[in-house]
Amino acid sequence: MNTAIALEALVTLPRGLVLTLALTFASLAAGFVISIPLSFLRASSNPWASAPVLAYTYAFRGTPLLVQLFLIYYGIGQLPLVRQSFLWPVMREPFWCAFVAFTLNSAAHTTEVLRGGIQAVPRGQVEAAKALGLSGFHTARLIVFPLTIRIALPAYVNEVVGMLKASSLASTITLLEITGLARQLVSETFAPYEVFIVAGGLYLLFTLLITQLFQVLELHWARARNPPPPARSL
Amino acid sequence: MRHALSNGAWLSITWRISELYGFLDQFVIGLKNTLLVFFLSCMLGTILGLLIAILRNSPRKSIAACMRAYTGVIRGVPELLIILLMYFGGTALLSAAVGRYIEINAFAAGVTALTVVFSGYAAEIFRGAINAVAPGQREAAIALGLSHWQIWFLIIVPQMIPIALPAFCNLCISLIKDTSLISVVGLTDVMRVAYIGAGSLRAPLPFYLAASAIYLTLTSLSLLSFRLIERRYALPLVKG
Amino acid sequence: MKRTIALSLCALVICANNAGAMDRKILTIASEGASPPWNAINADGQLAGFDVDVGRDLCRRMNVECTFMPQDWDGIIPALTVGKFDAIMSGMAITEKRKKSIAFSTPYAGGFNQLVMRKDLALPATDTSSKLDLTSIDAEKQAVIDQLQGALTGKTLGVLRSSNSEAVLNELFGKVATIRSYDSQDNMHLDLVAERIDGGLADYFTWKTFLDSNDGGIAMLYGPQLSGGLWGPGVGVGLRQDDRELIAAFNSAIEAARQDGTLKRLSEQWFNIDVSPRVSN
Repeated sequence: MNTAIALEALVTLPRGLVLTLALTFASLAAGFVISIPLSFLRASSNPWASAPVLAYTYAFRGTPLLVQLFLIYYGIGQLPLVRQSFLWPVMREPFWCAFVAFTLNSAAHTTEVLRGGIQAVPRGQVEAAKALGLSGFHTARLIVFPLTIRIALPAYVNEVVGMLKASSLASTITLLEITGLARQLVSETFAPYEVFIVAGGLYLLFTLLITQLFQVLELHWARARNPPPPARSL
Repeated sequence: MRHALSNGAWLSITWRISELYGFLDQFVIGLKNTLLVFFLSCMLGTILGLLIAILRNSPRKSIAACMRAYTGVIRGVPELLIILLMYFGGTALLSAAVGRYIEINAFAAGVTALTVVFSGYAAEIFRGAINAVAPGQREAAIALGLSHWQIWFLIIVPQMIPIALPAFCNLCISLIKDTSLISVVGLTDVMRVAYIGAGSLRAPLPFYLAASAIYLTLTSLSLLSFRLIERRYALPLVKG
Repeated sequence: MKRTIALSLCALVICANNAGAMDRKILTIASEGASPPWNAINADGQLAGFDVDVGRDLCRRMNVECTFMPQDWDGIIPALTVGKFDAIMSGMAITEKRKKSIAFSTPYAGGFNQLVMRKDLALPATDTSSKLDLTSIDAEKQAVIDQLQGALTGKTLGVLRSSNSEAVLNELFGKVATIRSYDSQDNMHLDLVAERIDGGLADYFTWKTFLDSNDGGIAMLYGPQLSGGLWGPGVGVGLRQDDRELIAAFNSAIEAARQDGTLKRLSEQWFNIDVSPRVSN
């Protein structure tokens, strides 16, 4: 175990952090925003609403992210139609292609996660809201959605961690995030163990941070839902 | 330089699809490798995962802690990184051990890496399912005088399987998709064939679409198989 | 019973050694068979190419009979070390990394890298047939490099990841241009055609195949032919490190072939240019 190389890795690899975190959280945010309306469509009983969304999530959850990434970066980039359109300044850059691929993938997974949550919301809640005269939209926004988030939280944590790990695939289209920098360092130093272990350590650190954060969030919500019992008087 | 009009673009894509046929036998080889990697990793990963899940419940704190650390690390590190580590690191390790330069091949490195990853997630699924088996079962088995391993494999595990099945199905589908990552270290799987074809014929769209179709078929078949298995083996949870 | 087994084992070992001793006169040379014009499998299923012709010539000079066998690139070095064959002639560059596991003869050919840039960038013209050896840089060479740096400032250049070319490109142009490292030459070509990169650095023969293709018309060679430096002295015969006699035999044969112009002739026959090694830099 060459400590000099390990230290060099420790100094060099965090330079990829910015790109890793930017990709991860930008894709998660965009994916989440897209998946909100999609999940409601998917959970609806109307097949015309649910089927197209199902087709989308089925396609994106049933194929590897690597293939999707290459399709969007190399495949779409091949079309002269795209190269001459207004999209090109965006699609030209590997970062934005990765962003698009990760967002579409994340949205597909998140849609299914939220759908599970929506369908798990107790019927009584929805009926009560209807009885109170709330419109469909208000029921969704004020009652179903907050409950969905709480129910789906554990599954969503997996999605967040999954996206952090998926960001490593961006290294295959020349982006120098943590994994990309690690591969470059390994080819220079011929020390795969030291470099990849440090890289793994960095990912692990952020995975732990994320899971801790979500645990705090879950606890906070659980406490809000079940306030501690009042102190008993002797 | 003026590029072709959009009509011409679509034409050039469809014309390229004929070039896919030239790669048909390559795709068959790639499919064979993908399936081989999948079945091997699945089998070995399930066995390893089961062992880890069982050891997780061990009364000895150190073993349980080790297993928790193992699954924690596996689930926190990207699969690609593990594959790269096994491939490049494995070469370094073997060469150091044997004394001269021996390269570990992509297949071995890939299967090892995917087995390790699969076992980490499978262990968590099995652990959750084991905990869901009614505690009364274990108590009754102990009362009947069954040995430690008999309890595990005759009583707990059979009941754990139907509970774990849905999550296990998802994990298998993830594994099918993760096999594509080994293409990065050169294994001739479906993704690699598409990669080479896309590069050498400079036609990424038809090749990567073909690869997507193949993977989608594989995951769909997997989903179907598990639905059938679930229907046959869904046992009502034994209460008490 | 045990004695019979021991005796027969001894006999077997002696026979094997003798067989090995006899095989010494027949040299087995491995070649990949997938990198024309260095080596390829022709219509008869036989190996053919520059490597094969040079190999046959060297064997003639060394007075040994040699046969060629194809071998996948991935396993070619390990197969040599375990004794599957005796030598590798497959356009293999002499690099420090490879020297850790095998030995090399003196170079029998000098490949070179070259920059390729898109035509529509309208860069200042250069002499693409001049040679630049990076092993020792003097003032004159530095001037050429400075000129190149000036022309390429602000451009995006592609290169194969984890290659010597990547290291050289970063060293020469890392400060003035953006370097993008690709996992394969083909993907780099794709992005060059898609105008995501302005040019790149790679082996000349890889570029030739691309430039001669339909899409290749958008780019052209740029700058001098680069060699030496991190790329090593050139292409050599791969041999086992303890085969000292064989290494010496190959070296003298190569020197003889170079001196009487055979290497130059074969090189021009297969590559249309002279890639035979020069004496010194």
